[in-house]
Amino acid sequence: MFETLSERLQAILDRVGGHGRLTEENIEAALREVRIALLEADVNFKVVRAFIDRVRGKAVGQNVLKSLTPGQQVVKVVYDELVELLGGSGHRLAMASHPPTVIALIGLQGSGKTTTAAKLARYFGTQGHHPLLAAADVHRPAAVDQLKALGTQVNVPVVGDADQTSVDICTTAVREAAERGLSPVILDTAGRLHIDEVMLDELRAVKAAVRPHHILLVVDALTGQDALTVAERFNAAVGIDAIILSKTDGDARGGAALSVRHVTGRPIAFVGVGEKVDALEPFHPDRLASRLVGMGDVLSLVEKAQASVDAQTAEDLVRKIRQETFSLEDFRDQLRQVRNMGPLDQILGMLPFGKALRGLPKDLDGEQADLSRFEAIINSMTPGERLSPQIINGSRRTRIARGSGTTAQDVNRLLRQYAQLRKMMRGLKGLEGKMKKGGIPGWRSISG
Amino acid sequence: MKFLASLTDRLRDGLRRSHEFLGGQLDELFASERPIDDSLFEELEELLIAADLGVLVAEDFKHRAREEVMFGTVTRADQLRPLFRRFIADTLRPAAQGLRLEHQPAVILMLGVNGSGKTTTSAKLAAQLKAAGRHVLLAAADTFRAAAIEQLEEWGRRVGVEVIRQESGSDPAAVAFDAVRAATARRADALIVDTAGRLHTKSNLMDELAKLTRVVARQMPGAPHESLMVLDATTGQNGLSQARLFHQGIGLTGLCLTKLDGTAKGGIVLRIHRELGLPIKLVGVGERVEDLQTFDADRFAEALVPVDQ
Ligand SMILES: Nc1nc2c(ncn2[C@@H]2O[C@H](COP(=O)(O)OP(=O)(O)OP(=O)(O)O)[C@@H](O)[C@H]2O)c(=O)[nH]1
Ligand SMILES: Nc1nc2c(ncn2[C@@H]2O[C@H](COP(=O)(O)OP(=O)(O)OP(=O)(O)O)[C@@H](O)[C@H]2O)c(=O)[nH]1
Ligand SMILES: [Mg+2]
Ligand SMILES: [Mg+2]
Repeated sequence: MFETLSERLQAILDRVGGHGRLTEENIEAALREVRIALLEADVNFKVVRAFIDRVRGKAVGQNVLKSLTPGQQVVKVVYDELVELLGGSGHRLAMASHPPTVIALIGLQGSGKTTTAAKLARYFGTQGHHPLLAAADVHRPAAVDQLKALGTQVNVPVVGDADQTSVDICTTAVREAAERGLSPVILDTAGRLHIDEVMLDELRAVKAAVRPHHILLVVDALTGQDALTVAERFNAAVGIDAIILSKTDGDARGGAALSVRHVTGRPIAFVGVGEKVDALEPFHPDRLASRLVGMGDVLSLVEKAQASVDAQTAEDLVRKIRQETFSLEDFRDQLRQVRNMGPLDQILGMLPFGKALRGLPKDLDGEQADLSRFEAIINSMTPGERLSPQIINGSRRTRIARGSGTTAQDVNRLLRQYAQLRKMMRGLKGLEGKMKKGGIPGWRSISG
Repeated sequence: MKFLASLTDRLRDGLRRSHEFLGGQLDELFASERPIDDSLFEELEELLIAADLGVLVAEDFKHRAREEVMFGTVTRADQLRPLFRRFIADTLRPAAQGLRLEHQPAVILMLGVNGSGKTTTSAKLAAQLKAAGRHVLLAAADTFRAAAIEQLEEWGRRVGVEVIRQESGSDPAAVAFDAVRAATARRADALIVDTAGRLHTKSNLMDELAKLTRVVARQMPGAPHESLMVLDATTGQNGLSQARLFHQGIGLTGLCLTKLDGTAKGGIVLRIHRELGLPIKLVGVGERVEDLQTFDADRFAEALVPVDQ
């Protein structure tokens, strides 16, 4: 349909030039593209506005990683932010301490509630639970028949009678579940508009009668800008606990998910990936994020970019390891890179020999504060100290600590880390010979 | 089309809520004291985007409005409201077309993604044609979804229209074939075929639909007379992809825009119409049989950009 966002961003930013730092000016054009991409993906415009501000704040001032283009760098920031905003994966619907657990599905007409009810029933069945389905939609023609047919497919009993009220069906279902030892009870409610007060009152009455443990809003992945209003109103009317995004098996970008999360703050528990009763999957924010910005290739792009960074970094490293010249200055450069790229652990994981290093310098992991403190310490050293840290004695240590606004303990800690890293590198050097025969991808091309 | 005309008054009724939503904001924007500046245009663009017109159409309208200001045809902020309304109405006026019902029987296929409102729209249309004195049949060609046949049968009972059906799981093309034969034999004026919802990206399901269409066409040259894609007004930009692929696969004759009684405005039809030239033949504004209207571009534009509050 249209070229991917990553391509467009690259084109724009590469035209601006190969500057090493993202500035407000040089990323404005890129942010315009990001805005369009997100709007095209049906993220609500208010959410897009907030998102762009966030990305601008994060991106401006970032150094562009050596072998990333500025465009790729922006893509990376956008992608990371999306993943963060979309929230964690694997949200579980906790079972109540006093069964039956009651789960209510609510949403607009045709969003997928009845189908999802059956999918959930099947899912809980496979988890060793014994669910009960309640057909509480007494409005749509043959809604009860639909759930009964689906109940048969998934082997889960269904209670419901189109002549009763929705509240009666739900109360009966919960009582029956308690008697028969069934849980969870999954309530399939009628589709309704978020502005239909009469129908919202029905939901409120159901809620008051059976006090569901989880109220799930089923949102159609094809939904446009209105998703925000819909979620807001349903949340205000009855309160929602989690979201299920249905119909993600098409080519819709699913921006509604971001809108709904933004406005309710609730987790996305599952996604519907088809019409069949087994087409339900746990939610993965990373997948949706790459889909949202319209680039199935975003991951591979960033991965590729990072791989090339690694190749270069690794090449340098390898040389230094070989010559045993990895100085504190190199260490500082590494720290800088780490600060730009994310947790050290992750970076190490991407290096060809990273698996061997991973997890070892535990203290270095994470904590941005630590990294900047280490950087400050190294900056306060003389070039001679950086090259031969063994000359650092008590008085030098005090001077460095004072100069960097840290403590002598901090300086010691850094030196210990550095020593540890060097030791590890010597170990790697020994390994290198063995690896040269091949077998470890990436290593060979870099070292020889 | 005339038989539906008396009902079009309900359109305004059905769309009133959209006025309430967008109207207040537009009022502020178009207040005549306000200077015409960048921020005004940005806000306007966002209002159009909020109605799912899509950022490209919204930007286009914004640029055109800027031109009008440049040329001096628009000098006050309060002239922008009618201007945007005109843009929308002018774009969509050619889209307002009636159903082609001349042939006896007129075969009408209801197509679209899952849950968009095909079955309900089929029933509403059947009821209205019947009320207009026509002999109508319904065909339950959704043999896949749980209780889809029962749903249409229940509607058939409610509106007093016979439903041609087979067993659940049978070949939808065979159902359509049966139904066309029945409609011909009974000298029906119209046959409305309700098909299963399917995402436009699923090629096997689209092939199934193409086959159904071929079977009908072979059986009755010229049929189907209408192949309508039923589109939920809450649909975002994906609506374009839906229309494109259904059009490619089956050859659409128009759209039915449903669920306009909510707060969504269905602005994506503008983009669809601009790109594919598809007319909008019916509008759904509720769940009752009366809640089906013909499309009126001016009223649609008014719903998006209300005249007064
Ligand atoms: N492709 C696909 N179709 C789905 C999915 N979930 C539901 N559907 C389909 O969407 C349509 C509507 O689903 P229902 O479960 O009837 O929706 P509902 O919310 O119960 O509808 P009402 O009760 O009328 O409000 C049906 O055709 C389902 O088969 C999904 O994840 N993917
Ligand atoms: N508010 C409102 N609801 C509507 C409208 N048209 C249909 N619905 C509702 O939307 C839901 C789905 O409608 P259906 O007619 O079953 O949709 P469908 O396209 O046949 O669904 P599948 O066959 O499952 O793909 C039902 O709850 C309808 O009552 C409308 O114009 N306004
Ligand atoms: Mg339902
Ligand atoms: Mg249907």
